[in-house]
Amino acid sequence: MSVIIILLIASIAVAALFLAAFIWSVRDGQYKDEIAPAVRILFDDKPSEQIKEVEEAKLT
Amino acid sequence: MDRAITKKVTVQCYHCGEDCTNEIIQNQEKSFCCSGCKMVYEILQQNGLCDYYSISNNPGKNQKTKIREDKFSFLDDIKIAASLIQYKDEERTHVQFYLPQIHCSSCLWLLENLHKLAPAVISSKVDFERREVAIVFEHKNYSLRKVAEQLTAIGYEPYLSFNDMGKQLPKTDSSKIYKLGIAGFCFANIMLMSFPEYFGIDAKEKDLLVLFRYANLILSLPVFFYSATEFYNSAWKSLKHKFLNIDAPIVLAVWVTFTRSLYEVLSGTGGGYFDSMSGIVFFMLAGRVLQDKTYRQLSFERDYTSYFPIAVTRIQDNQTEAVVLPDIKLNDTLLIHNEELIPADGILTMGKAFIDYSFVTGESEPVAKEMGEIVYAGGKQIGSNIEILVIKEVAQSYLTRLWNKDETTIEKTNEHSFVHLLSRYFTWIVFGIAIAGATYWFFKDTDRIWNVITAVLIIACPCALLLSNTFTNGNILRRLGRNHFYLRNAQVIEDIATADTIVFDKTGTLTTGRYNDIQYEGATLTWQQKQQLYALASQSTHPLSKAIVEWTGETGSRKVHAFKELPGYGIEGMVEGNFLLLGSKSFVTHQESKEENDSIVYLSIEEKLMGKFSFRNQYRKQIPDMLQFINKKYALAVLSGDNAGEEKYLRELLGFDTHLLFNQNPSDKLQVIKRLQTQGKKVIMIGDGLNDAGALQQANVGIAISENNNHFTPASDAILSAWQLPKLYQLIQLCKFNKRVVMTAFVISVIYNLIGLFFAVQGVLTPLIAAILMPCSSLSILLVTYGLSNFFGTRLGLK
Repeated sequence: MSVIIILLIASIAVAALFLAAFIWSVRDGQYKDEIAPAVRILFDDKPSEQIKEVEEAKLT
Repeated sequence: MDRAITKKVTVQCYHCGEDCTNEIIQNQEKSFCCSGCKMVYEILQQNGLCDYYSISNNPGKNQKTKIREDKFSFLDDIKIAASLIQYKDEERTHVQFYLPQIHCSSCLWLLENLHKLAPAVISSKVDFERREVAIVFEHKNYSLRKVAEQLTAIGYEPYLSFNDMGKQLPKTDSSKIYKLGIAGFCFANIMLMSFPEYFGIDAKEKDLLVLFRYANLILSLPVFFYSATEFYNSAWKSLKHKFLNIDAPIVLAVWVTFTRSLYEVLSGTGGGYFDSMSGIVFFMLAGRVLQDKTYRQLSFERDYTSYFPIAVTRIQDNQTEAVVLPDIKLNDTLLIHNEELIPADGILTMGKAFIDYSFVTGESEPVAKEMGEIVYAGGKQIGSNIEILVIKEVAQSYLTRLWNKDETTIEKTNEHSFVHLLSRYFTWIVFGIAIAGATYWFFKDTDRIWNVITAVLIIACPCALLLSNTFTNGNILRRLGRNHFYLRNAQVIEDIATADTIVFDKTGTLTTGRYNDIQYEGATLTWQQKQQLYALASQSTHPLSKAIVEWTGETGSRKVHAFKELPGYGIEGMVEGNFLLLGSKSFVTHQESKEENDSIVYLSIEEKLMGKFSFRNQYRKQIPDMLQFINKKYALAVLSGDNAGEEKYLRELLGFDTHLLFNQNPSDKLQVIKRLQTQGKKVIMIGDGLNDAGALQQANVGIAISENNNHFTPASDAILSAWQLPKLYQLIQLCKFNKRVVMTAFVISVIYNLIGLFFAVQGVLTPLIAAILMPCSSLSILLVTYGLSNFFGTRLGLK
């Protein structure tokens, strides 16, 4: 049943990876401003009418 | 009929979206309300940034008030600049500006494209919630002043206050989040690896079981030594103050669980309760994090430094220089420009002062001061430049002294919460049960004594109480926040619930601070006369003139000649050949008048007295109803910096038991609160301006009213949006329900505890039972608190 040990290591490693990602995202300040990133991603070189509608719905 | 239609068809400014009232400036088929708005448009157009206008409609802010050209000259001063800059190396400077104008996605887009306007700018990033922009620029051929001026040119004037000086970036404490993350990770994995323990394992796989147990032991170490430190610190702090708070018994339970589990694993006698221990730490931390919800866009800590400018102009040897506030000395001469704040008490030596004290006293009407009179710090000069001779340093000035008073800085601790008291009873009962169980087994089977004692302590730690408390608080805070009532922290909920007296400030809190309630007495004005009155009054920025403009309900563009404004008296001018006078009685009738009343304005046309306007501060909508209702449940008091003109009205509304005090200066207000408190009253103070700041601090709960979340509010325990004031009673009720919800959830979890105790006292508490009881109890607490607080919220008609 030594395969269980491998599985154990694998499962903990995956979980640890997510933990590391979580800590990184907090440290990176990703939860600080909850509004700007959502709006920013919609900007491109020329905003179209469609984007405008989406944003207005978001901000109101 | 025709006229009514034409009034509706007004032209909107392409930049700011406001109605173009006085003049319409055209530029390439776009209409602007003022040259300021047009200028911003031109800058953006030249730089190909007109997408600004296509992302949101009319995204700009009105540019009617012109900003003095050398306003930011003080940023050239190396010392001042250094206090604002966050980081500087040989090439680049990092700086952060607060731009209160940020409000839409266009703002975000434009500010992040700042490099297109100013090539020296390397990056600019907007923090939308805090309304801040972080700018990095090359300082070789660009300066801090230029950045500020560039921002101002496109309509985003940075707000720089004395408070910004030498400010370190506020460090957000996210250690609790890390602790929560680690606890969650360990808890989930320990649970997973405890399954063999729960369901048993083949005898030949015994080695594997030992492996799992040691893995659990290792995973529990970060929880015990890192995540749970949150509770150790708090328990230790309270013990140092000779106080037993709820965290002390919890720490005891965590330690007992850990030690017993360690012993079981090392001695090979069992699997221990690592899963329960890390689970409970995880859930309790989650509750704490929920409860610590902070409102990043709001500040509860503001003092006068956030209101005061960073630098003012000093005149020395006929030369002007920028000087920072702390460097202002006695007998300095300061030059105060239009719309600038007076930073220190002084004597007016030059010019005519017309000072708007609205945010010191709450009075909306500016006060005229003649040369030789004393002007107090905190007022805003309106009109021409003035010079003052400083007679008190900034820290010694009337307003700042009020802030610095020792008596206003009372530590508000959260040690008196009912939860801590309850946890003490609970702890004694648990000890009682543990001792009773131990005594029983002492006679029956001495081997089981330790087993029983530890099991009882593990099961019956008051974590259920802590959980129900933190989750309820968190949910109530959220619910209140959704109704635009923002509390500083969870303790404020309880303080509000236990209060028995409510004190209101009148001006700006109960009333809007605008003069909307106008009564006209006298000869009926013809349409033409109204138009002339409109033309004259719209020339002035005085709040009473503005109110009259609104009253006439006219639009038009009649020319006014020989317009003159005499601060403190009135305005005059020629409209279509008619000479109009608008102002105080003595000004209009040219006769000495003894009974001058600030809130009555007379009008004469061609030297013929037409009539008078009387003004009343308008009460916010539904406020009278709310006051009458609350009056039945609470002792009320109304304080006002104004004269007693409204006493009769308020008496009728509130009856004779209510304290009505007029002509109260800021320290009077503080004393009133103090007196109530010495009578054993728990006081909620509701106010808006700096003039209430002392009282807000002194009161058990200080609630600041805010017209708009961008606005500065004085330091307080809670911030309530002005339009939600009529809901005050319901919001207080919700705070009162808080305790009931906590108790209900607690009683339910005690049932789980009793089941657990049933096994514990018999010494047969298996890890499986503990592992089922712990999450069940936590989850049911979560559901009960969430469900009940939402149920009460909805029943009160809150959002």
